[in-house]
Amino acid sequence: MPDLLIELLSEEIPARMQARASADLKKLITDGLVDAGLTYASAQAFATPRRLALTVEGVTAESPTVTEERKGPRVGAPDKALEGFLRATGLTKDQLEARDEKKGQVWFARVTKQGRPAAEIVAEVLEQTIRTFPWPKSMRWGAGTLRWVRPLHSILCLLTDDAGSTVVPLEIDGIVAGNTTRGHRFLAPEPFAVTGFDDYVTSLKRVYVILDPAERAEAIWHDATNLAFAQSLEVIEDRGLLAEVAGLVEWPVVLMGQIGEAFLGLPPEVLKTSMKEHQKFFSVRNPKTGRIERFVTVANTVTADSGAAILAGNQKVLSARLSDAKFFWENDLRVAKAGMGPWLESLGHVTFQSDLGSQKQRIDRIAALARAVAPMVGADPDLAEKAAEVAKADLSSEMVYEFPELQGTMGRYYAEAAGLPAEVAAAAEEHYSPLGPSDDVPTAPVSVAVALADKLDTLTGFWAIGEKPTGSKDPFALRRAALGVIRLILSNDLRLHLDRLIDAQLLRHGISPESEDEAALRDAVLHEIARHGIFGSAVRGVIDEIEGDAPGWIENVTEHRPDTSDDLLAFFHERLKVHLRDEGIRHDVIDACLALPNRDDLTLLVKRAKALSEVLKTDDGENLLQGFKRANNILTQAEEADGVAYEFGPDRKFAETDEERALFDALDRAGGAISSAIEAEDFASAMASMASLRAPIDAFFEAVQVNTDNQIIRRNRLNLLHRIREICLSAADLTRIEG
Amino acid sequence: MTETSRPTCFQEVILRLQTYWAEKGCAILQPYDMEVGAGTFHPATTLRALGQNPWAAAYVQPSRRPTDGRYGENPNRLQHYYQYQVLIKPSPPDLQDLYLGSLAAIGIDMDLHDIRFVEDDWESPTLGAWGLGWEVWCDGMEVSQFTYFQQVGGHDCKPVSGELTYGLERLAMYVLGVDHVMDMPFNRPDAPIPLTYGDVFRQTEAEYSRWNFDVANTDVLLKQFEEAESHCDFILSHPEVDPKTGKRIVMAHPAYDQCIKASHLFNLLDARGVISVTERQAYIGRVRALAKKCAEAFVQTEAGGWQPS
Repeated sequence: MPDLLIELLSEEIPARMQARASADLKKLITDGLVDAGLTYASAQAFATPRRLALTVEGVTAESPTVTEERKGPRVGAPDKALEGFLRATGLTKDQLEARDEKKGQVWFARVTKQGRPAAEIVAEVLEQTIRTFPWPKSMRWGAGTLRWVRPLHSILCLLTDDAGSTVVPLEIDGIVAGNTTRGHRFLAPEPFAVTGFDDYVTSLKRVYVILDPAERAEAIWHDATNLAFAQSLEVIEDRGLLAEVAGLVEWPVVLMGQIGEAFLGLPPEVLKTSMKEHQKFFSVRNPKTGRIERFVTVANTVTADSGAAILAGNQKVLSARLSDAKFFWENDLRVAKAGMGPWLESLGHVTFQSDLGSQKQRIDRIAALARAVAPMVGADPDLAEKAAEVAKADLSSEMVYEFPELQGTMGRYYAEAAGLPAEVAAAAEEHYSPLGPSDDVPTAPVSVAVALADKLDTLTGFWAIGEKPTGSKDPFALRRAALGVIRLILSNDLRLHLDRLIDAQLLRHGISPESEDEAALRDAVLHEIARHGIFGSAVRGVIDEIEGDAPGWIENVTEHRPDTSDDLLAFFHERLKVHLRDEGIRHDVIDACLALPNRDDLTLLVKRAKALSEVLKTDDGENLLQGFKRANNILTQAEEADGVAYEFGPDRKFAETDEERALFDALDRAGGAISSAIEAEDFASAMASMASLRAPIDAFFEAVQVNTDNQIIRRNRLNLLHRIREICLSAADLTRIEG
Repeated sequence: MTETSRPTCFQEVILRLQTYWAEKGCAILQPYDMEVGAGTFHPATTLRALGQNPWAAAYVQPSRRPTDGRYGENPNRLQHYYQYQVLIKPSPPDLQDLYLGSLAAIGIDMDLHDIRFVEDDWESPTLGAWGLGWEVWCDGMEVSQFTYFQQVGGHDCKPVSGELTYGLERLAMYVLGVDHVMDMPFNRPDAPIPLTYGDVFRQTEAEYSRWNFDVANTDVLLKQFEEAESHCDFILSHPEVDPKTGKRIVMAHPAYDQCIKASHLFNLLDARGVISVTERQAYIGRVRALAKKCAEAFVQTEAGGWQPS
């Protein structure tokens, strides 16, 4: 059985696309072969900067001849129907067979699909693959119409068996498939012929091409760590960079160079980022000092001077880059040490979002909220406010302009340089976190206060201007911000009335004070709302104390409608469901807990949901749910039929059976236990007490007919069912649970 | 390739590129006589990349990037610098080899250096143009931009042009082994009056840096931007047939001049820091709208492939 070898040689393929492209090549070709009736034993694909290659071993030499029977129209059907059938099968009428079926005679055809040689199939599948290849971005070149990631130069396509190898005949847009390829662009550019995969791999190595990207990556890492080790240094691991660099070279040659003495004082993050982003260098650290002292670069060629000129060139480029970085760093430090004034001022000229004002206005809002949140998270209000004021100052710095990914990191350095307290500096770095679902969550109180205020300001802002995420569109990453708030609250076990913070900040977006007095009044009012809620007497107190005419915006406060706040809180709850789904807590369990008070206290909500989720996994929990639903259904139907609510409380003296009396006792016990457990936020006990009702409820339904003829007893029993409903609902809204 | 000696000064690097591309059949054009941000803005690239007519041109283009000014003190950054630009349509199949030949011509020995084609998709939001290609690295330094144009002014490029852009100062500094651009010999060091790059440009770099960053009158610039914008529209609003000569004359180039002006004024305003992030997008969109109209006008010209039906 022959083996198939394909190589598509092109101009340089972007490193980031190579892995995906080789996987796609393998899938498209092997799927195509199988669809056409061929089988194969194994397949493997590879990529280098200039080539995609695929080997498929043990391909069947031809596809089998297949005969199938097809049923046509009935005998005597209109001519048109028969003509159509003949056309579809490619047969003539005398080749058909008439067979008796239940409803009369029907024409049958035997259609034979001749097997085809592998070469023919391969040519078809490869052409189709090349023409429809799913590159993330593809292009045309010259005057042609073919699309490829970069100009495609040659196609090698060979079928090899014991008798030797043959080229699969194929031509696409003037490129004729052959049995030749080329070596390294500079070291061995001449074309040469290959006979099969093994020959291909060994020949390539002779002409300075390592085909397998994993082998190149391994060689790079091996040589890099060795070079560093010999100097008692260590290479900082970076898998993404390693894969990228392996995709930039066919023949990796690892070189280690010095970072100029003048630059060793730059922050390590700056060195690392600059070297990685601009030059794809690995950073090499001195484990004794923790400082980055050298770099590793990977060349694509061997030279007579063992890379001396290459290294010298790279070192020179690095010096130029780092002088830029040093220039930024020194300029920035000057501004930072003087208190960052110009940066903060310039943020007043930078628009955050056209309807949400400048970055400066945004920072002022965040600072006010951070101050209000601070006591709730154990932070000093003055420090939290100060931290919020400077946390985004680095956005104006030259370094962050050059390397946006260093935002926050530089903020910390600059806050330290400004002589600000350590908590403030830490918050400058940490307040962006958590960014993703697995990102670390800040724990330092000041950082937590600013992180919460930042995210809540963004969310309330976009809610206030009606820019909510829709479907897959979330251009301002509001889902991520909401998840950030959720994770900050849950990881730090924070007890917040999220509603109040949302109300306060939503209102802030709608108020433009016209004087300093008004601004002070706004801050006082909103501060009280954040602490005690919009309907609290404290807010009234502040408003009542206003002397003279109240500013117009006070109406925003007194007439505040909770629609937008509720909508944002519901958004948090949706994100919470997504977040908890990963922890195995179902959305209906959360819905069951959302019906209970303090739903804006996410920590409480999650505790309750976890306890409910656990109890529902137990046998008692599962059966209690059924018992509850039965009780609830009977009661609901009776209430609808009778037009009354049975909520007067059952009377024990009308109980007829022991089971009924036992249920009375159990409900009394559970009712008390649940309310005291909930009081103590011991949701596990509350849920367990609820589950303890399972046996008495089951026994009750077993022994007793609720809808008896005796109306007094029936009413009493319905009132008893109401007690079940009431007591269970005090723990969780079981009506929301599915199943 | 014969052994090539190293050039001795900046102008020799330029002259060798001119000779090389002339030998390869390019028309050697002269710089466009307007302030542009990059060689691509020269109509010999932007407009000539459109339409079916074949094209092969190479030229030096002085380019201005006001935000890059460093008062002549930074070793590499300049607000005024030179680009060498090559545009060939349709892109020949051996364009990479032709390009590598040009590096050899200026004295880069491929046996000693590490040349790499690193993905860099080119996009010019102001020109409504994009293409795929690479930045070319020599020992880790970007020495050229290599692009296959796919669209210009919102029009598909058919056939595709291959574009090469060399940052001349950086490339020459590398070839000449100079660390600070101002120290680079401009003419031959053994000339009777040897001049360095600094002798020629240190003064202007300082002057323009000051002007770009702190002095340029933003009210005037804003007004000029609006004027260029409306002027472009005004030019294009004229009928194809010139009433005076009775000839069909579509004025794509004069209109495009106004687009170039608008683009440069935007760069100046940007350097003055008066354009916010959101406004930025709006300005870029306005320049792009002009570029698009000019591209549409150009393909209505004979040079742009228009034929009388």
